[in-house]
Amino acid sequence: MQRAVLDRLNGDRAAERAVALVTALGGGAQALVYPDGEGAGDALPEAVTAAAKDALRADRSGQVEAGDETWFVHVHNPPARMVIVGAVHITQALARMAEAAGYAVVVCDPRRAFADAARFPAIEVSTEWPDDALNRLTPDHRTAVVTLTHDPKIDDPALEVAVRAPVFYIGALGSRRTHGKRLERLREKGFTEDELGRIHAPIGLAIGARSPAEIAVSIMAEVTQVRRTPPAPAGEGSS
Amino acid sequence: MSSEQAGQEDILGTAARWRDEGREVALATVIATWGSSPRPVGSQLVADGEGRFEGSVSGGCIEGAVIEEARKVMGSGAPSVLEFGVSNEQAWEVGLACGGTVRVLVERIE
Repeated sequence: MQRAVLDRLNGDRAAERAVALVTALGGGAQALVYPDGEGAGDALPEAVTAAAKDALRADRSGQVEAGDETWFVHVHNPPARMVIVGAVHITQALARMAEAAGYAVVVCDPRRAFADAARFPAIEVSTEWPDDALNRLTPDHRTAVVTLTHDPKIDDPALEVAVRAPVFYIGALGSRRTHGKRLERLREKGFTEDELGRIHAPIGLAIGARSPAEIAVSIMAEVTQVRRTPPAPAGEGSS
Repeated sequence: MSSEQAGQEDILGTAARWRDEGREVALATVIATWGSSPRPVGSQLVADGEGRFEGSVSGGCIEGAVIEEARKVMGSGAPSVLEFGVSNEQAWEVGLACGGTVRVLVERIE
């Protein structure tokens, strides 16, 4: 790898710019490709540039055949994000776990007593209202949104933004009964069943979690499952 | 793939830093896997001319062979592609215990 390519790649990574490094396994040609199709480095066949753009969108590195050459497309996307609404006890454990799993974490709670940076060392903490915070962060298909306050005044505005954003995961803490009431409130505001069906609630995989750290494990497991397991094909299980 | 790189060691940053220190440096990257393999596509290892390394391309099974190849690549400058798997006799030698196959690109940092 040419040093200039490495330096540019490291610069993009530091600036959290999505970029793919494309390498010809036989010939050794190498170039960077950005999501808009712009490139830097050696010239690439059009099909390879297109494959690199697709790989960036799918967040998946891999080999591509084009002509007589095999290319390796190495996707360097910025970290996936997790927005946690509610700076509660579970959040203290979940934020650390999500960071360890590679997420950029933002904790959001307008209640200043909770959203105390000292409770969340090295984690970004915001005291904005959750809907303002989410609108500012422009949640995308690599963002997870988790609401943990139990308080409709705080959780609902976050969910209202999240269900209409292309996020890959939405989870809300609360019992089935709490969630039932939540759904009623959101239906009255005009949210559709498709939108509301995107909310995972009660949140987390059923592993019998009790302590805040155990509940954080169950949430982290569910987020991982949704992110890493392809959705079942439509109609599966019915005949 | 390697959007998951937050939370991992900064292999590419290490490669640049070691090169700045005047060391010979090679980079190994997992470019394909079949069956069960411990590290996903995009996983990287950086090695220097004295056999020091950071990162991983397997669960520790093939790192020795990869570092040896890295040293050759540092000398020749020509990238190479290695394949390890149960169907490959070399895999038994290096001990890819997981039963999967993994393809690794090794390239010199100029």
